[in-house]
Amino acid sequence: MSTPMVDVRGVHKSYGPLEVLRGVDLTVRPGEVTVIIGPSGSGKSTLLRSINHLEKIDCGYVAIDGELVGYRRSGDRLYELRERDILRRRTQIGFVFQNFHLFPHLTVRENVTEAPISAQGRPRDEAEALAAELLEQVGLSDKAGAYPRQLSGGQQQRVAIARALALRPKVVLFDEPTSALDPELVGEVLEVMKALARSGTTMIVVTHEIGLAREVADTVVFMDAGQVIEHGPPRQVLDQPRHDRTRAFLSKVL
Amino acid sequence: MAVNALVTNPAWDWPVVGAYLFHPSVLHAVLFTVELTALGIVLGFLLGTVLALMRLSRVPLLASAAWGYVWLFRSVPLILQLLFWYNLAALYKQISFGVPFGPAFFSVDSMDLIGPVTAAALGLALHQAAYAAEIVRGGFLSVDPGQLEAAAALGIPRARQIFRIQLPQAMRSIVPAAGNEIIGLVKGTSVVYIMALPELFYQVQVIYNRNGRVIAMLLVAAIWYLVLTTVLSVVQHHVERRFGRGLARTLPPTPLERARRILTVRRAARRQGPAWDGGGRR
Repeated sequence: MSTPMVDVRGVHKSYGPLEVLRGVDLTVRPGEVTVIIGPSGSGKSTLLRSINHLEKIDCGYVAIDGELVGYRRSGDRLYELRERDILRRRTQIGFVFQNFHLFPHLTVRENVTEAPISAQGRPRDEAEALAAELLEQVGLSDKAGAYPRQLSGGQQQRVAIARALALRPKVVLFDEPTSALDPELVGEVLEVMKALARSGTTMIVVTHEIGLAREVADTVVFMDAGQVIEHGPPRQVLDQPRHDRTRAFLSKVL
Repeated sequence: MAVNALVTNPAWDWPVVGAYLFHPSVLHAVLFTVELTALGIVLGFLLGTVLALMRLSRVPLLASAAWGYVWLFRSVPLILQLLFWYNLAALYKQISFGVPFGPAFFSVDSMDLIGPVTAAALGLALHQAAYAAEIVRGGFLSVDPGQLEAAAALGIPRARQIFRIQLPQAMRSIVPAAGNEIIGLVKGTSVVYIMALPELFYQVQVIYNRNGRVIAMLLVAAIWYLVLTTVLSVVQHHVERRFGRGLARTLPPTPLERARRILTVRRAARRQGPAWDGGGRR
């Protein structure tokens, strides 16, 4: 069996007395698309943010392609890395936010080239060529010189996807990428994500779009109350859920 | 009526105002005021930015040191601080540079090191830094935390996060407040007259003590302060436009563009008769 691209083992996370993640395991193989569904407050987003160390975890570990994220192992203890090293490892992980978080004072092109240049030290012309290619891929070649506020929400999220891909990451994490969009703009973002999934990009997507899960997911994970309740191929989890809580959730969203 | 009183009342002494407005001693004083302001603002905001970053840093020692600085220099009146620096020589006759409690490499009389001009510039800058620190800190706090999160998620190095992502967005709220401070300082430099430095306010006092034309000389000073602050307001407007890039869909017009637009609309209206009012109310 090949090494998993993403390996999450026994992750716990609390905010004070509130336990948000209670021992989560998750394995994603290279090229796989994993869709995480579950009621709000179930810890989906926290799990995603733990994977690239935007949240520190209390217990357990996360490894990308066999390399620990945010920590180094010495003996049987884990030590948090220095910020510089954390930042370097993060360039292997793309992250797409619910609210896009594009840099409003930079043009679309600058948004996409910023990290390759400053975090990966690529030459500017190489980064710009890559940006042109990625903007073409998300269908926004003509918007390279525009500022984010001049774009629709759907266009902004497509730029954010291009920005995440510009790092040539090993895995791309999507945190409810369509939840902040007007209904008529959801489609264009989903189309880009589906194309990405078919091209063999390793993806973990937190979403309420059951359609996306059905269409492109290799694995659907249902989470509730900080735990993975069940996981498996979409047909199994979405159509013949084994667990009552999964059934109850699906009956509400379908 | 008010304008008439201003022009015709001989007590205003307009001919004297005219004679002294561009008098070399007045021009020198204006230049000195500009220099003091520039030194105070540039040094003040440099130090203030450092203090703000210290205050926002995750190192408790740095944060509390910066807090202490702001507390101290904001609490003591500027005029008192200036006199304190001016009289530093009375406190320490000599200042030595060298190993603490060890041999001195060289020492200077504090009177030579901190002359009145240095004392004034230093006093203004140190005082200004405390206010600048809070303005810069406020600017950083006004930036959406999501921006920093996005930059961190992209692996952008920390210094680059601050100067490329946060600071340009913080500038949008820093600039108007800083504009206030600069204009305040232009006039605030007048307090250094207590150190007998030839800035604008001190200089006109010297002149009216000699020629007795108090009102006329105060008018000269007032006109120059007006000129300086007007220039600064125009500069501020353009700096704000520069940092407004991307934050509005279209940039607001400059005052000149706006005036031109109003004139062309008026002219067009005169040529075509009354404008069509949309047919709503008739």
